[in-house]
Amino acid sequence: MRVAVVVFPGTNCELDVAHALTSLGGEAELVWHRETDLSGFDGAVLPGGFAHGDYLRTGAIARFSPVMSEVGRMAAEGRPVLGICNGFQVLCESGLLPGALIANRDLAFICRFVDLEVVDTGTILTGAAEPGQRIRIPLNSYEGNWVDPSRTGRIAVRYVDNPNGSQGSAAAVSNREGNVVGIMPHPERGSDELLGSADGLVLLEGFLRSLVPA
Amino acid sequence: MKVTVEITRRPEIADPQGTTIQRALSDLGHTGVVSLRVDRVIHLEVNGDDPERVKEEVEAMCRQVLANPVLEDFTVEVLG
Repeated sequence: MRVAVVVFPGTNCELDVAHALTSLGGEAELVWHRETDLSGFDGAVLPGGFAHGDYLRTGAIARFSPVMSEVGRMAAEGRPVLGICNGFQVLCESGLLPGALIANRDLAFICRFVDLEVVDTGTILTGAAEPGQRIRIPLNSYEGNWVDPSRTGRIAVRYVDNPNGSQGSAAAVSNREGNVVGIMPHPERGSDELLGSADGLVLLEGFLRSLVPA
Repeated sequence: MKVTVEITRRPEIADPQGTTIQRALSDLGHTGVVSLRVDRVIHLEVNGDDPERVKEEVEAMCRQVLANPVLEDFTVEVLG
């Protein structure tokens, strides 16, 4: 099971994601954003960072990176596509997830552990978790406030104390099919007790379990 | 041709920056501000001499990338 971990100019969480997936027995390979062929990969992760400097809007330039047409193809084929933090923003800009991410309600960059609750276990991120399971992992973002005027987003994980004003307290959102998910907090930064939490592993485990051979 | 694009956030979408600035103005004694929104202006110079065609091209840019249709509206003004 090979996972493409997409690297845009300005991405900075790719090694953490690859390490966490590898520690769970997954096979993760870094893929530069100019790649035009992801055949042979069973799923993709768009990690956190500041793709293309977050210029214009977060994710606005990244969605036109060459690799994104392949990410779109994988999503349309039903393959697992996960965006974390900035990756979530890229997926919204791409139209692969509904809504958009705007500045946090209190205009503060939030960098701390947050408590989450799994509300929908039918997605590629939450399949290994129990409904109602509590998870504590770091949030690290300024534009983490998800808005969805279309009200079509499927909330997979919610904040217990909505720190950024997200609609429906959404921390992770899925497309209708459940195979494309964006999560604002960082499961990979809560993937080892050395980091203060290993709660994120159940999410990454769910992602790996959802992979089927390409 | 010189073109100005104004990108405005839809009224129903919260503007935390605008709210914060409005509150700060009120704290400074400017209590008469009833609404404040922070928007984005982009200035372009585009090849071409037909204002209509230039406007159409820049509007296409807005729909494609400059504005996010989920959040924003845009107006394009060709200054000549």
